[in-house]
Amino acid sequence: MQTVTEGPDPGPEQRSRTHAARTGRAARTLFDPTILRAAAVDSIRKLDPRTLARNPVILVVEAGSVVTTVLFARDLLAAAPSALFVGLITAWLWFTVLFANFAEAVAEGRGKAQAESLRATRKETTALRRTATGELEEVASSLLEVGDVVVVTAGELIPSDGDVVEGIATVDESAITGESAPVIREAGGDRSAVTGGTRVLSDEIVVSITARSGETFLDRMISLVEGAERQKTPNELALGILLSGLTLMFLLAVVTLQPFAVYSGAVGGSRISLTVLVALLVCLIPTTIGGLLSAIGIAGMDRLVQHNVLATSGRAVEAAGDVSTLLMDKTGTITYGNRQAAAFVAVDGVDVAELAEAACLASLADETPEGRSIVSLARGSYGVGDVGEPGAGVEFVAFTAQTRMSGCDFDGRSIRKGASDSIRRWVESNGGEFPHTLTDVVDGIARGGGTPLVVADGSRALGVVHLKDVLKEGMRERFAELSSMGIRTVMITGDNPLTAASIAAEAGVDDFLAEATPEDKMRLIKAEQAGGNLVAMTGDGTNDAPALAQADVGVAMNTGTQAAKEAANMVDLDSDPTKLIDVVAIGKQLLMTRGSLTTFSIANDIAKYFAIIPAMFAPIFPALASLDVMRLGSTESAILSAVIFNALVIVCLIPLALRGVRFRAAGAASVLRRNLLVYGVGGVVAPFVGIKAVDVVLSALGMS
Amino acid sequence: MSGAAWAQLGILMGALAMSTPLLGSYIAKVFGGGSAPGDRIFAPVERTVLRICRVDPDAEQRWGVYALSLLAFSAVSVLGLYLLQRVQGGLPVNPTGAGGVAPLLSFNTAASFVTNTNWQNYAGETTMAHLTQMAGLAVANFTSAAMGLGVAIALVRGLTRRESRTIGNFWVDILKGCLRVLLPVAFAGALVLVASGAVQNLSAGTPVTTLEGAEQVIPGGPVASQESIKVLGTNGGGFFNANSAHPFENPTPVTNVVQMFLILCLPFALAWAFGLMAGSRRQGAAVLAAMVLLWAGSSLIAPAMESRAPLLAASATVDVARGPDSAGGNMEGKELRFGPEASGLFVATTTGTSTGAVDASHDSLTPLGGMVPLVNMMLGEVSPGGVGSGLYGMLVFAILAVFIAGLMVGRTPEYLGKKIETAEMKLVVVYILIVPVVVLGFAAVAVLWGPARDSISNPGPHGLSQVVYAYTSAANNNGSAFAGLSGNTDWYNITLGLAMLAGRFLLMVPVLAIAGSLARKPVVPPTAGTFPTGTATFALLLVAVVLVVVGLTYFPVLSLGPVVEHLMS
Repeated sequence: MQTVTEGPDPGPEQRSRTHAARTGRAARTLFDPTILRAAAVDSIRKLDPRTLARNPVILVVEAGSVVTTVLFARDLLAAAPSALFVGLITAWLWFTVLFANFAEAVAEGRGKAQAESLRATRKETTALRRTATGELEEVASSLLEVGDVVVVTAGELIPSDGDVVEGIATVDESAITGESAPVIREAGGDRSAVTGGTRVLSDEIVVSITARSGETFLDRMISLVEGAERQKTPNELALGILLSGLTLMFLLAVVTLQPFAVYSGAVGGSRISLTVLVALLVCLIPTTIGGLLSAIGIAGMDRLVQHNVLATSGRAVEAAGDVSTLLMDKTGTITYGNRQAAAFVAVDGVDVAELAEAACLASLADETPEGRSIVSLARGSYGVGDVGEPGAGVEFVAFTAQTRMSGCDFDGRSIRKGASDSIRRWVESNGGEFPHTLTDVVDGIARGGGTPLVVADGSRALGVVHLKDVLKEGMRERFAELSSMGIRTVMITGDNPLTAASIAAEAGVDDFLAEATPEDKMRLIKAEQAGGNLVAMTGDGTNDAPALAQADVGVAMNTGTQAAKEAANMVDLDSDPTKLIDVVAIGKQLLMTRGSLTTFSIANDIAKYFAIIPAMFAPIFPALASLDVMRLGSTESAILSAVIFNALVIVCLIPLALRGVRFRAAGAASVLRRNLLVYGVGGVVAPFVGIKAVDVVLSALGMS
Repeated sequence: MSGAAWAQLGILMGALAMSTPLLGSYIAKVFGGGSAPGDRIFAPVERTVLRICRVDPDAEQRWGVYALSLLAFSAVSVLGLYLLQRVQGGLPVNPTGAGGVAPLLSFNTAASFVTNTNWQNYAGETTMAHLTQMAGLAVANFTSAAMGLGVAIALVRGLTRRESRTIGNFWVDILKGCLRVLLPVAFAGALVLVASGAVQNLSAGTPVTTLEGAEQVIPGGPVASQESIKVLGTNGGGFFNANSAHPFENPTPVTNVVQMFLILCLPFALAWAFGLMAGSRRQGAAVLAAMVLLWAGSSLIAPAMESRAPLLAASATVDVARGPDSAGGNMEGKELRFGPEASGLFVATTTGTSTGAVDASHDSLTPLGGMVPLVNMMLGEVSPGGVGSGLYGMLVFAILAVFIAGLMVGRTPEYLGKKIETAEMKLVVVYILIVPVVVLGFAAVAVLWGPARDSISNPGPHGLSQVVYAYTSAANNNGSAFAGLSGNTDWYNITLGLAMLAGRFLLMVPVLAIAGSLARKPVVPPTAGTFPTGTATFALLLVAVVLVVVGLTYFPVLSLGPVVEHLMS
């Protein structure tokens, strides 16, 4: 994985915080007043039945509200004494609809605000197009076609998405990623993709356009965060069917109640008012989850955006929750990009200090990360001073493919470092002997998964530098978490099986694929999928594209090629492959929130029956009053309390719907027990308390 | 409860604890595809029958073909049974000289027996010829139970197969069900009943002079043979009008326990067989535990209500105390040889399964005691339910429970590694809705429409219970009656007949469709992140989902019926 900036990974938590601070984009609190104001207006606009048709449960509530509104008007005109009661029920039924709309609008509002700030960066520009004859012409960037070739020089905006075909440049991509440090884009390789709307800071590049105006990454990003193309996910659809089914069932129970009441009334009383029947229906149908369902989905996508990951569909977020196999590239994901010197091992009585000094000298001019790590280890842990500063008669010998060694000639000494066999040849050609103990040390380090570099001074072999992969901090713990959630991690590496096994064991991954080619990776994905597993992976190169497309969740790095980004169903703007783990957690949290609120919503109904049924039939069967376990104030206040509770619970649960239920990495059995207790048992108990509380308030207000 | 009642419950549970694994593993082997015990006897018979019927035993069916085969077989069965009743007067083996049965009653009875309901708008000893009882009703008892068995096994296949287009062969399943499961056990059961005093002959009845000097005909007939399959197949249609209260059907308290055992043995065993076929005993045990919990709950409430009879006790005019010469409790409508507790246990058992045989008058139960059978049936016959229908009903509830609560572990819902998606949820919703639509719809009309309302014998809440009970019993294919309601009218013959057909086939078809849809899916291997369905937590969740879904549907009508009756008296 090529990330332009190197160094210790701050971890996704910290990263998104710093990212938020940088851009101010994600720093918005859950309830920004501007968003709330806009949402309040939106919730009235959403009363349009054509909009509500997407949400059958709330549509039924709206239909019920219309019915009671008519009844209220009739009562008002007739100055009937029931007008106050009917009016209050009507008001709260409308509130129920508005609260549900409000939940959705707040969730959408956050995305819209982000889309606005993105849109601000999209400007109409002109581009310099290279014609077939090689001349340059000015053309509006909105008129560019796929395949056009444009020239962009320092200071200009890149007119549209494309691939660099000539040149190298630094590009400011902060408009997309929020990251202010410029990145390098160059022709060929895996860093060729450029994004429309970003600015070239230095040099000049020639870009082949890959997206038409309106279809660029920025455009897609805007429509994604705005939720304009939001489609219901498979699980949302299935849940929607269940909710509609429950609504039908309660409709049936309530509609047939009137005949039974009329039959019963023939013995002792009268029929039930339509207002009360509507109130009962609205209380019973799953309005809580019905009202919050789309907000939960939007908020899940939004949480991904907060983590700087863009998902092309809600389906992908859901799939992330289901992932059972994670493919993680070793380099850049599990370990830092490069090997680092971990120790110096001297042999045959050589002083370690001498070895350290020699190794340091041999690496001074070595600008590879490995070379730099040797210098810093020697200076840091072994107290090597300022030796061999350039200019003091030191002649550096660079690494060549022929010698496969590097080092320096200094003060008549010839210091070299390199692979064991190269140094052996060098030592022996200088008349020295390559000690057996050294061979043993070299073999030992290689067996342990490390890379041995042998250091020699002329004919003397001094010892070995132990280079090893350095695990990113906290990865072991994260893999343990994943494994407790039942997710298998497979490390993908180009290393030989021996090295791979050692790193896999150190990191605590479940399995590894060594000496992996893109074909091997594809084969592994297909094999996992054939076994019923859902696979997630990250990738950035063009040769990753088929695997990204095949995987159930494919996260492309923003620094990657256009092909990879198109094949994937998510793009990580921070290009941090470890974020795959967060993506899985967000997917799971989304599903948990949906399930918990569904359970809560259904469990709520029990208390509502106990509130409404005794009140409803009090005129016919006073004996039913003993079912009124909450001892509610009066018939009217009982029904009103249930309706008010039903409306308020939506509002109270909006924060939970947006934030998601508490996520803890643990096995399904313990998560289930906890959530069943909180949302199942809690869902049964809460409304008994809540309805009684509302009733107490109503009584205090003199309503009963 | 008395010591005798506890002893009966203990013996029953002990016998079931032994029979469930034995029968369960036998059933799993019979339908598992490999070799099974008794192959040497049964396999040649099966081969012969299938060859005559030109059925290739190795040709499996897709769910649609399976469903069509089932519907075709049932349609022919209804027609055959209808015709047999209509023309029985002219057929042999009719010593009692029974005449042809009226058209609507024939339809009602044919629908009733083919759907495993066995609602009876007639009195067996006066209406049905011996030939009709033996060649018609008893045969339907076998085939309807085997059909339920087949559908349950097909659903289990759907849940356990990977990416398969087929779910078995209806003709093979129904043949195996009759031949290998029902016949041997029913035969043994019949011998026990005959040995205990149930009659088995082709007599036209024995005229006797009673002590008071009156002339009376003591009826006879092939009773024990039909009685055995009546309970084993959870059918419930009695040879006599008095059903299992009749001493020739159910002579002693011992046969009463034997009958309860026969009623319960297959539904419980099927849950065990499910576990074995799913390759995980824990999965079967969780479903079994949910069934046992529901059955045990109702089996404790009903006897307690009947023996304590709180309302009678409060009235002070009736002595409900148990004494040396009195069983105590509510004895109205009870047989003296059973008493209130054994009757209460039978009530819970016969309605927790889709049997509907009765050894006491359900109309005479205490209000809350009478609510037990009503609620048991409303649960959709899953406690433990009918032969096959109990298992597939419970599995549909399991799918629903997994769907509602499964999301809470952060994965899209799956049961036995099969993802539960839109297609399955549509079918589950249809399954859950059909019965309430039929029950509440017909009942709502019946309590308002004059001619239908005239059938009610007690006005007020008890009358509502009678009507709701009748439709609940018919639509859930139970067949027990609350009595008190005159069912042999055109309205009830037609609507109850339709309710029975809807409650059977409009549920079986979605179940088969679920089986077909699930069979096509791959299996997601279980991990630590998989929703656990083989645990005690899941068994409790399953019970809660059954109770909540059903409770929410019927709470209003129950509170206007038995609940208010209890509170007002």
